[in-house]
Amino acid sequence: MYTFSNRLKIASFILMAVGAIGIAIGFMSAPSNVAEAKAIVAAQADGHGDAHATEDHAVSDGATETHDEDHASMTDHEMTSDAHASDAHETEAHVAEASHSADPHASEAHSEDHSAAHDEHVLHQLQNKPWAALYVAAFFFFMIALGVLAFYAIQRAAQAGWSPLLFRVMEGITAYLVPGGIIVFLILVASVAHMNHLFVWMDPEVVAHDALIEGKSGYLNGPFFLVRAAIFLSGWIAYRWYSRKLSLAQDAADDNTNFVKNFRLSAAFLVFYLVTESMMSWDWIMSIDPHWFSTLFGWYIFASMFVSGITVIALVTIYLKSKGLLEQVNDSHIHDLAKFMFGISVFWTYLWFSQFMLIWYSNIPEEVTYYVTRIQDYNLPFFGMLALNFIFPLLLLMNSDFKRVNWFVVMTGIVILAGHYLDIFNAIMPSAVGDQWFIGIPEIGAVLFFAGLFIYTVFNALTKAPITPKHNPFIEESKHFHY
Amino acid sequence: MANKVIQALYNDDDVLMLAVKKVKAAKHHIEEVYCPFPVHGLDKAMGLAPTRLAITAFMYGLVGLAVAITMMNYIMIEDWPQDIGGKPSFSYLENMPAFVPIMFELTVFFAAHLMVITFYMRSRLWPFKKAENPDVRTTDDLFLMEIEIHDNEADLHALLAETGAVEIKVSQK
Repeated sequence: MYTFSNRLKIASFILMAVGAIGIAIGFMSAPSNVAEAKAIVAAQADGHGDAHATEDHAVSDGATETHDEDHASMTDHEMTSDAHASDAHETEAHVAEASHSADPHASEAHSEDHSAAHDEHVLHQLQNKPWAALYVAAFFFFMIALGVLAFYAIQRAAQAGWSPLLFRVMEGITAYLVPGGIIVFLILVASVAHMNHLFVWMDPEVVAHDALIEGKSGYLNGPFFLVRAAIFLSGWIAYRWYSRKLSLAQDAADDNTNFVKNFRLSAAFLVFYLVTESMMSWDWIMSIDPHWFSTLFGWYIFASMFVSGITVIALVTIYLKSKGLLEQVNDSHIHDLAKFMFGISVFWTYLWFSQFMLIWYSNIPEEVTYYVTRIQDYNLPFFGMLALNFIFPLLLLMNSDFKRVNWFVVMTGIVILAGHYLDIFNAIMPSAVGDQWFIGIPEIGAVLFFAGLFIYTVFNALTKAPITPKHNPFIEESKHFHY
Repeated sequence: MANKVIQALYNDDDVLMLAVKKVKAAKHHIEEVYCPFPVHGLDKAMGLAPTRLAITAFMYGLVGLAVAITMMNYIMIEDWPQDIGGKPSFSYLENMPAFVPIMFELTVFFAAHLMVITFYMRSRLWPFKKAENPDVRTTDDLFLMEIEIHDNEADLHALLAETGAVEIKVSQK
């Protein structure tokens, strides 16, 4: 039996407390009106000590040119990806004005209208920021648990012989599905209740002026959205609960009926999971940018959660081994987990590139804006993520021997987790806060808070059952596993 | 070269593995083991030096990548500039996404083929070469362990019989 060490428990509480303070600072520092938003943007420009930016700011009060230039360069991505400009009517006006500005007779009234709309827009982005920071971190830790659940179900359905020793670790991690899922659901409820503007299609004003979103409103509407989320979450949590029950019952049993039931249940769950995971990725992430679509988005998010989940299994296993538990888990188990980390990282890159290349090649405006925004406004996180998620795992874990060196696996695991946090960040932020992103107190605070909650839930669940399953028909094979 | 060798035949890979470990523990040098299929962990049990084939594969992959980049830069950018996907930038870097599949394929192609060829040369295998296999049954269902004899035939015979060999014979090499 594992006992939750006091040090780790205190560490998780400290993480939660510090994180909660960070989240609160994020919400309190969000602007409540246009003047405050302007002050924040100006302070950022000053703070960066960028002479050019301050100069721009100095003339921008009277001069119309700067504003118009700004907008001309933004219109291309505002067309689809910018949350509040996705009102088609408004965007048209923007384009029209941008072209007007070339005209020496451009009226002042026009550009004043325009800059007011822009300020309003920045205000909304800044108001979204703490919510988006919270949502990215909440979803990231939730998806780790969900990825582990999928991995666990695959091991069960495949009747894998090497992994039964790790089942309790996986069951411990999937315990986070309940609190994590409830928090994500509450954030979605808050969105539907208009407490935030993460999902632009939830705003009836926007939908009324946007033919594209209106056409999708049969699927994208508040009640149906929440009903779907509830179905997904209850299905995943129900499988997790029932499978865990059967797994524990198998410990006390003297035949294999629980094991066989768990096998059938897991195979059925995988079908449910593949459909719901895909729809979940459209609902919770892709719909933040309701004009944009990609048919392999579900797989792409799946790869991200799968590799993060496997990485966390490896990290928790190595931690428990360092505490003298799981003695029978040997180098070969760690080696296999590291192989999965390596393989799924490459798989993620394959999907990322498949999505990117097709959109880049065809260069269709409604699709390509997604990458234009990311390359223009998110250059560092966008390409940095590729390095963290592909090049690091590729080079660090290529050597067979390195996959058995625990500290090497831990280091690479941390890189992979950071990279996949950035992946979710890049998927959500551009549509929610535009170019106003920053990884500051609210973002780091949210990560710390959910990391604390995750650690507390997972290690608390690990204390609830013996760490090595008994009477699993494959447990002997797992104990003698060698590669 | 009139070395005498003793050959022990086994009919199970697990028995073979245990036998190899016992022979190694008794500090005898195993000349060679012939198997009908690869046995996991046998190389480690025999104490063979780790293969360097993986390092050559990595280098061949780099060669393939370099060939792909040079070739496409010449074909698509320099010699006959192509308008790729409506983006006539004529720059290799800006058109890179279109070239990635070929870069990947040639990396794999070079790594795989040159690695196989290296393996053949390193193992001294070439067309029409006469098989070095001491017993044809090792291509069917038997495993054969070969140990050189240095005036200790009786000892070795006893040791191998104890490890569960189904047949033991001595031959000139």
